[in-house]
Amino acid sequence: MTTTTGPLATRRLMLQGAASVALLGLGNLPFAAAPAHAAANDKYPEAAFRQKSEADAIKALYGKTAEPSDKVKLDAPEIAENGGVVPISVTTTLDKVTSISFFVAENPNALAASYGIPDGTVPGVANRLKMAKTTNVVAIVEADGKLYSATREVKVTVGGCGG
Amino acid sequence: MASSIRVRATANGDITEVQALIQHPMDSGFVKDSKGSLIPAHFIQELKFECNGKDVFVADWGPAVSKDPYVKFSFKGAKKGDDLKISWTDNKGASDTTTAKIS
Repeated sequence: MTTTTGPLATRRLMLQGAASVALLGLGNLPFAAAPAHAAANDKYPEAAFRQKSEADAIKALYGKTAEPSDKVKLDAPEIAENGGVVPISVTTTLDKVTSISFFVAENPNALAASYGIPDGTVPGVANRLKMAKTTNVVAIVEADGKLYSATREVKVTVGGCGG
Repeated sequence: MASSIRVRATANGDITEVQALIQHPMDSGFVKDSKGSLIPAHFIQELKFECNGKDVFVADWGPAVSKDPYVKFSFKGAKKGDDLKISWTDNKGASDTTTAKIS
């Protein structure tokens, strides 16, 4: 028995050690590295998706504020008959784009989608979003470490969140 | 089981245009069913496109993305015949993966 418990016990200890190290690592991460690369890394930005207002969501996702830019072209319908499926796309002539995000100002949670744009990918994306009611849609483009935005109002006739 | 992901990837010169359509309820957690009880949130959180061992497009989605989501983007550096790998995971831990040939 003693011959088998010995190695097992050591193994268990090592596992415990590894687990606590992993936990420590996880605990430290959000504070150390969260805002800087929140949109571009592979961790799901849970906190940003939970923010109610658009400003808070931008802050939680990027940790900085955006300036309006005419180099961000946001395409959205003027009137959306079905708020459940609103086609929205963005293109930009900006260089070194690392991420693109969409916010719907008066949805229950403002952040709708955030896309990481790796090197070599054309900075532009088209998708379909739900909108609870008539409100502003904001697209944020992160380029060379700065944030640029474009805003458009979309009128919604039938809400997309079952209101 | 048929894949939940439908993809069309077309190479035109150096640029490959990708369109993807995924079957998913994308329940937001704010909608009530006919009995008046809330349908729990069920939506895709992460969606990734990989080509030649490199991420070419990464999406983080919230519940505001429409049911049966559609997404379109383009990237450089691939050619006809290359494999494009698409995978998603949702908030309940479900996932799906498929591979498409670039045409």
